[in-house]
Amino acid sequence: MSTARKEILARIAAATGPAAMPAEVDAAYAALPRGYRRAHHDPARTDIVALFAERAADYRAIVERVQPADLGGAVARVLAGVSRFVVPAGLPPAWLAELPAGAAERIVRDEPVLSARDLDKIFGVVTGCAAAIAETGTIILDHGAGQGRRALTLVPDFHLVVVLADQVAADIAGALARLDPARPHTFISGPSATSDIELIRVEGVHGPRNLHVLVAG
Amino acid sequence: MTRVTGTPTPTGAMPTYLGMPAFPDAARKAVANSQLRRNLTHATTAIRTKRAKAVAELDDWEALRQAGKAIKDHTLANLGTYLTRLEENVTKAGGHVHWARDAAEANAIVIELVKRSGARKVVKVKSMATQETGLNEALAEGGISAIETDLAELIVQLGDDLPSHILVPAIHRNRAEIGDLFRRTMPDAPADLTDDPPRLAGAARAHLRSEFLSAAVGICGANFAVADTGSLVVVESEGNGRMCLTLPKTLICVAGVEKVLPAWRDLEVFLALLPRSSTAERMNPYTTIWSGVTPGDGPESFHLVLLDNGRTATLADETGRQALRCIRCSACLNVCPVYERAGGHAYGSPYPGPIGAILSPQLRGVTSPADASLPFASSLCGACYEVCPVAINIPEALVYLRARSVESKKRYPERAVFKLSAYLLSDARRLAAAQRAVAASRHVAGRGGRIRRLPPPLSGWTDTRDAPAPPRESFRAWWARTRGSAPAAGRAGQPPGVGADAPAAGPASQSAPGVGSDATDAGTGAAG
Repeated sequence: MSTARKEILARIAAATGPAAMPAEVDAAYAALPRGYRRAHHDPARTDIVALFAERAADYRAIVERVQPADLGGAVARVLAGVSRFVVPAGLPPAWLAELPAGAAERIVRDEPVLSARDLDKIFGVVTGCAAAIAETGTIILDHGAGQGRRALTLVPDFHLVVVLADQVAADIAGALARLDPARPHTFISGPSATSDIELIRVEGVHGPRNLHVLVAG
Repeated sequence: MTRVTGTPTPTGAMPTYLGMPAFPDAARKAVANSQLRRNLTHATTAIRTKRAKAVAELDDWEALRQAGKAIKDHTLANLGTYLTRLEENVTKAGGHVHWARDAAEANAIVIELVKRSGARKVVKVKSMATQETGLNEALAEGGISAIETDLAELIVQLGDDLPSHILVPAIHRNRAEIGDLFRRTMPDAPADLTDDPPRLAGAARAHLRSEFLSAAVGICGANFAVADTGSLVVVESEGNGRMCLTLPKTLICVAGVEKVLPAWRDLEVFLALLPRSSTAERMNPYTTIWSGVTPGDGPESFHLVLLDNGRTATLADETGRQALRCIRCSACLNVCPVYERAGGHAYGSPYPGPIGAILSPQLRGVTSPADASLPFASSLCGACYEVCPVAINIPEALVYLRARSVESKKRYPERAVFKLSAYLLSDARRLAAAQRAVAASRHVAGRGGRIRRLPPPLSGWTDTRDAPAPPRESFRAWWARTRGSAPAAGRAGQPPGVGADAPAAGPASQSAPGVGSDATDAGTGAAG
């Protein structure tokens, strides 16, 4: 298909004029007008963690703010009704420290790797996250330690996610700057939803229908 | 499973939905469908109010919009540089990049890749690019069934229907119609399925679950492709996108060449602009961003097909190229008075509404009656420009394309009319004779002094409205009779604007649109 490549690039050159030197292109890019604000909230004046909690709850996620010391207890309480749940590698052990005796049987590990069908039989998953955005109430997973590969937080119907206060950025720009673009990312704003019937938002389609957020700190 | 897959819709390369009449004919039928109008008004009114609220929340919206415009314009002006950069970085991350000059070439690449994987079935994320290339029909011809997994696309597919909106392809259907459709065509629909939207969404979830879990190939489009990181971005709500992007072993992404953005940080602009303009949310439920392949997480092989299909031709046109900034939010559809009444099908293209009226004729680059009529499918009210998150001046482009459409015709009635008027208006005697002739024709008028049908080409006017009967006497003749001086010398005695209010004026000598009113008659006559 290299002829197609050559021809499309030639058509582009004919339309825009010959390509500028990369350094010139980069200089023009750097000079683009960016009059917008990279943060809509000043962390010095706004409690951005509270803002995050409020906005995530707007999507009908269940959001609770807890003291870091109480996190283990809160996790145990939220998972009390969950028959079986996936625990990804690298989840801080302290988060599960207060699960009742015998809860170990309800924990499923992704070792050996679970098939999609296996995952479909498991109701829940508990993870951390990579960052969060206060302005939009968004949780960002980069699927690193304590978050698991993407399927783990997708197929089960219940997702418990722990957001640490220092992971919350005021706005989109601040959150993006914390991420490593080489990693895969999932941005989550509430439980799965659709606006496809009469443009009215309805929660609960293919992704987890239950999103529970514990904000620690 | 009976009717899950393969409901071929009319096909073509960037299909003009075959057999589709030009906009005015299609719109006339649609406007007569009162259920359709009710559905559209209901949906678009709700989303308009919500969008305005979501946008008002950011007090720097205009600056974001201007940044979005500037980034897109810069990228388009340096498209070759950014595409090769994207290709390099996707390849470095373990992906494969293919280039497709047109729809047929893109479809052939996808079919070949699916066949190589050994799969006979693919799951699809809603994608405008593959809608444009008619991929589903091409796959069906190649013996591969495509399952649309977006709820609205599923509704369209199950109903053997055509999409009518960029964001919500089934916007023309209300909950009762969707409930009927599901009960009729979904073999696994619960017996007690009601029209309640959450129940309908639940039925779609159950229906597609096993397809997701067993899918070997996923096909998607892209909202954005980031050149400097090789990242692809898919913005969605339901999680069907995440399923298709994550569970299959092979992932194929078909993206228009204009989807590229220079850098990672540009997402801070577009992830703010798109969800608020599109579903009127601060952020859509799910966004997946990936680069090539990640061992142990998601697909093992990733292919990006970069699609031209008329985009480079559009790029070559300096006024028309702004349409390539479009991020497919559909805000312009939701505010358009013409779209709200005519519906999406009348546009005869995967891209309906104001943006479709400027994009479709340019991408298709043909002058079929349907495409030639699209730039006229607007009242030029400007609402689309106002809400566009990348400030595409749609009215400007429409007027420009109208001119192009008219100029491309060798003969057209307007030109003849203008030539004739120039001849008549340049000589006072000719004009007076013509006015007497027109006045004499008044007896053809029906009761009430209206003419309901004129012969071609003037029928173009009377097709949609009555023509007033010409008055007994022209303004010029009346002036000459009552004020006693020659009409050709009337300039000095004529107060400004008197023509319009004069007793015999009104439509006076007007035999067709475009032939000047009395006021201009007098002026031009005097000048001549």
